[in-house]
Amino acid sequence: MKTHYGIYGGQYVAETLMAPLKELEAAYEAAKADESFQRELDGILRDYVGRESPITHARRLSEKLGGAQIYLKREDLNHTGAHKVNNTIGQALLARRMGKRRLIAETGAGMHGVATATAAALFGLECEIYMGAIDVERQSPNVERMKMLGAKVHAVAEGSATLKDAMNEALRDWVANCDDTFYVIGTVAGPAPYPEMVRDFQSVIGKEARRQCLEKLGKLPDEAIACVGGGSNAIGLFAGFIDDKSVRLIGVEAGGKGLATGEHAASINGGRLGVLHGAKTMLLQTDEGNIIDTYSVSAGLDYPGVGPEHCHLHDTGRAQYTVITDQEAVDAFDALCRLEGIIPALESSHALAEAIKRAPLMSEESVILVNLSGRGDKDMENIMRYKSSKGVQI
Amino acid sequence: MKQRIRNAFAKAKAEGRGAFIAYLTIGYPSLDACERAADELIAGGADILELGVPFSDPFADGGIIRKAAYAALEQGVTLDDVIAFAKRIRSKHPETGLVLFSYYNVIFSKGLANFAAAVEDAQIDAVLAVDLPLEEREELLRELRPRGISFVPLIAPNTPLERIKASEAGLDDSFLYVITVKGTTGERTELPSDLSARLDAIREAAHLPVAAGFGISTLAQASEISRHADGFIVGSALVKCLMEGRPPCLN
Repeated sequence: MKTHYGIYGGQYVAETLMAPLKELEAAYEAAKADESFQRELDGILRDYVGRESPITHARRLSEKLGGAQIYLKREDLNHTGAHKVNNTIGQALLARRMGKRRLIAETGAGMHGVATATAAALFGLECEIYMGAIDVERQSPNVERMKMLGAKVHAVAEGSATLKDAMNEALRDWVANCDDTFYVIGTVAGPAPYPEMVRDFQSVIGKEARRQCLEKLGKLPDEAIACVGGGSNAIGLFAGFIDDKSVRLIGVEAGGKGLATGEHAASINGGRLGVLHGAKTMLLQTDEGNIIDTYSVSAGLDYPGVGPEHCHLHDTGRAQYTVITDQEAVDAFDALCRLEGIIPALESSHALAEAIKRAPLMSEESVILVNLSGRGDKDMENIMRYKSSKGVQI
Repeated sequence: MKQRIRNAFAKAKAEGRGAFIAYLTIGYPSLDACERAADELIAGGADILELGVPFSDPFADGGIIRKAAYAALEQGVTLDDVIAFAKRIRSKHPETGLVLFSYYNVIFSKGLANFAAAVEDAQIDAVLAVDLPLEEREELLRELRPRGISFVPLIAPNTPLERIKASEAGLDDSFLYVITVKGTTGERTELPSDLSARLDAIREAAHLPVAAGFGISTLAQASEISRHADGFIVGSALVKCLMEGRPPCLN
């Protein structure tokens, strides 16, 4: 099992969690080697999640930009409306195999919480979700969805009351209840084996997309772009193209109000090496090593760290990481709504905004593949609030 | 090397009691009040003082220590303040064992070599990092070892005996911090029924002294633990005293 990515990753956890991590590692290795596990997972992804998800040519958008053709990998069309479910179904299957009766998870925007609650309902497992109190407020429709699916939602009011605090609380729960509880981490962060396991479950995105590009376009894309909070949808997309050196891989971090303002969530571009939530990774932190409150219009990117593999891909140069501000993301959101009839998640709008910047600089024969990681229904209120704060009539 | 931790356990043993290890979140309720509390604890019989470094994300701690950590951070207390605090305590109490107790990011952020030099300068005896298990600790120990600073390993209820042996290997002036329960720090009315047997087994297997912590809040619990361990650690119960404006002590 891979525990480190270059200097990043590892298992920086309290001693009580070492035994559960080893148990998880062994169970995952065994599941991976068991064909029936993979067959069952594939079946659920097909018949329940609705995979495979198509790639869609954003024709009007591409025309308007007058450059590269933009294609969207439609993870927004998955059951529950985002890529998160690829991972939660996999982890829930593993939990059942390990005889755990209870799932816990942290969630930011609520999409991972909804996807975990969904998997718990599907497999008849108990489910408790930790969510920062501020996120509970700004993503209230998802809180209602989780409750409807039978999950208990805990609003975490301490610290910055966002995703990192939710993760702290989930870790406290896991330390106390590791015997019968499976911690479903929603991204490629956390201690080993999570970054690798979550990457594996999300790699279905990139594998499908690669095949679809070859079938539909007869070639690979020139660029593959995805937003990066913790980085699971990006790693999932990149996994399909990592060995295709001609495909540029681009991760997009949340620039919030701009890197210079300090109000952002761009850990790779604006952070420093540190250790949090089980991994050595790039972190937004003070000079003294305390974690800084992050900011992004998109709750799902609002995390002070990033998956260790992304840091390594950045160091090796295999992937590059850019920054998109709130305003650029909201403009991209509007463009996709009006030109393509697709309401994207604010998270995914960051990736789209990067594509919109790049497309005009490229030839019409070139192809940019954007991971449209989720749909934007959950963001309605948020977008309205953002626009009215800017004095825009809606 | 001074061997203050080893001596503290030897002294307690000679007096027929368990060593009393007191934890304080440094800077709570203020640096001055915390220093008075430390002096009182040492005067009242604490053999070893654990100096808790406040951190923004104390994911292994229960409510009381978290509250104290946030309050200390609010006042701007940093790792450097905690090390300066240790230096003052050391000048007044030359024999007391001092353990710096921190989350790893705060240590890592200072730079490991700088950190080790500052710890040595303050005559702190050992370092405990909550989230630095056996698999990851070597990079820190490499800096501590040449300066004669020891490291305190945590032992959990689910840590196998072979792992306990690996955890104490190469450590001298230290003890095994045996976590009594799966969970976070904080007072518990009842400790697990198998704790005594577990402590006996660990003591049998280990060469370092064995001290139990997490959930110990009464004198009765401490004396029961002392029949099966070389020492006991009290944290949340002491911090709670300070929270309620009382002198820190066990009742």
